[in-house]
Amino acid sequence: MSWVLVAPVVLPLLTTAALFLLRERLEAQRVVSTTSAALGLVAAIVLLGRVSDGGIQVVQFGNWSAPFGISFVADHLSAIMVVISGVMATAVAVYALRDLDPARERLGYHPVFHVLLAGINGAFLTGDLFNLYVWFEVLLISSFVLLTLGNRREQLEGGVKYVAVNLVSSLIFLAATGLVYGTTGTLNMADLAVKLPQADPALVVTLSMLFLVAFGIKAAVFPLFFWLPASYHTPPVAVSAIFAGMLTKVGVYALIRAFTLLFVGDVALTHTILLWVAGLTMLTGVLGAAAQSEFRKILSFHIISQIGYMILGLALYTPLGLLGSVFYLVHHIVVKGNLFLVAGLARATGGSFELAKLGGLYRHRPLLAVLFVVPAFSLAGFPPLSGFWAKLVVVRAGLEAREWGFVAVALVVGLLTIYSMTKIWQAAFWTPAPEGTTLRDDVPRLLYAPVIALALLTLVIGFWSGPFVALAQAAATELLNPAAYVGAVLGPEAAAQLGGTP
Amino acid sequence: MEVVLALVVGVIIAGALYLVMQRNLLRFVFGLILLSGGVNLLLFTAGRPIRGAPPLVPYGLSEPAGAVANALPQALILTAIVIGFGLTAFALVLLLRAYERLGTLSTDELTARVAEPRPIADRGDGEVAP
Repeated sequence: MSWVLVAPVVLPLLTTAALFLLRERLEAQRVVSTTSAALGLVAAIVLLGRVSDGGIQVVQFGNWSAPFGISFVADHLSAIMVVISGVMATAVAVYALRDLDPARERLGYHPVFHVLLAGINGAFLTGDLFNLYVWFEVLLISSFVLLTLGNRREQLEGGVKYVAVNLVSSLIFLAATGLVYGTTGTLNMADLAVKLPQADPALVVTLSMLFLVAFGIKAAVFPLFFWLPASYHTPPVAVSAIFAGMLTKVGVYALIRAFTLLFVGDVALTHTILLWVAGLTMLTGVLGAAAQSEFRKILSFHIISQIGYMILGLALYTPLGLLGSVFYLVHHIVVKGNLFLVAGLARATGGSFELAKLGGLYRHRPLLAVLFVVPAFSLAGFPPLSGFWAKLVVVRAGLEAREWGFVAVALVVGLLTIYSMTKIWQAAFWTPAPEGTTLRDDVPRLLYAPVIALALLTLVIGFWSGPFVALAQAAATELLNPAAYVGAVLGPEAAAQLGGTP
Repeated sequence: MEVVLALVVGVIIAGALYLVMQRNLLRFVFGLILLSGGVNLLLFTAGRPIRGAPPLVPYGLSEPAGAVANALPQALILTAIVIGFGLTAFALVLLLRAYERLGTLSTDELTARVAEPRPIADRGDGEVAP
């Protein structure tokens, strides 16, 4: 049994237990929480190294062989996602040390945060459809708690919408899982990849649409995204940053997994639907952002538009398109999480999230302005930052697939993203502060640390994109060759049934 | 048997959807409870129920004699019931809190109530505390 493969899930769960025992000792909780997040990152990097060297890693729980027990599988995509979740967890855990009020910490922020991490990593690593549902619920219920922790009116109002929509989505997912089981008699994803092509094609397409809706709600794609801008701006920054970075991306991951491994029988139909979903998601997200005037609401709408790009890469279903999707995921999580943290710094300095009440941050804190410009321009796709390469790959994949219309949408959305970012830049950083506001100097230095680290990571992905592209390419190659995944989980005979090379 | 169960699932889910689309949030939660019951029954039906054949291996044999009921869907349902219970409990407490703080459970009024001025005791995170 490979401990490296289960460490990203077991470590946060053990940490949660430890943190509950340290209930009354906040100082100790902070130390344990940060250390555990950093250890989780190390474990994830070790896992990625193993996957790069030794191919797809598999653990069969309780030594029940594959279709009968629950499998954990780490291919390149899973390992990359676990690493990036480790990066975000560490950054947010450090940020939370100074951002959160003791009241929220006493209510249990730290333990719940680690349950969330366990849920996220479990969803990335599991190779079983029902187990995926369970991990979704784990991350969902902890996100409910984090979102409403503190009981402010806005939080409750946003929380009601978030909880309601996500509960319905979970039930759709559960129903779809039950129907898949009824159709094929199995829930192991590798086994499903073998058995779904033998089922009635019409039934499989219907099931795939149920999953599209269930995962689409989690990933906040058009037209199922309304819960996201209604809730992401309400909790403390340390919570909304991890939400913005990771949660919708779990939905995107699930979509990628489902539409490369399970539902590839009728690509002409399903992936054309995905293509339209992607285009409309990009467009509505960016137009929604243009109408907003609150720092975090603008960023929330941009999450939606950026998810469109990832789905676009998946919908093209070419090696380059999937490479683009995976690279975009990594770039986006780092950049978007960082922008939320910058929004927190801007509020700590300028006193508000409302652009109308902000101003003068560039003169007051040039460093903060630089830290905003790096992720903001990366999000908009300025060369040579990470977002430029991500957009370049997706757009090029679109051109090769001759989807001119969707390429045009992607480019226009990029331009409109620049508009939103310059709007924030002008209102919060460039123009003088409005009358009567004082810019504060007592912002804790520690809050800058994760922001600087993530900005540096953005620069590294931009300037030395080679290794990152190579990893994304390895992930894309595996995604387009499900036989490798099936072979690793079920053995070479099953892979041969799929007609590919294990 | 399966046809009857399938019809029952359909009726339950139809009723649940009616409740879920109501403007009163308490009814919405009732709809959710009903919906999760319907989905659990769907899982059960999808597992092909067989009457009166427990999945037990007789003494001395290595596999059950004849067709037996499938135990896996029941394990799945058990998991789903536990998860559903937790989520429902959370949703109800959330509604209670929302009602206490915002004074309404109507989806139309909820958003309007947030914009009202806050009580002084509320520290708030939208602005930095003085």
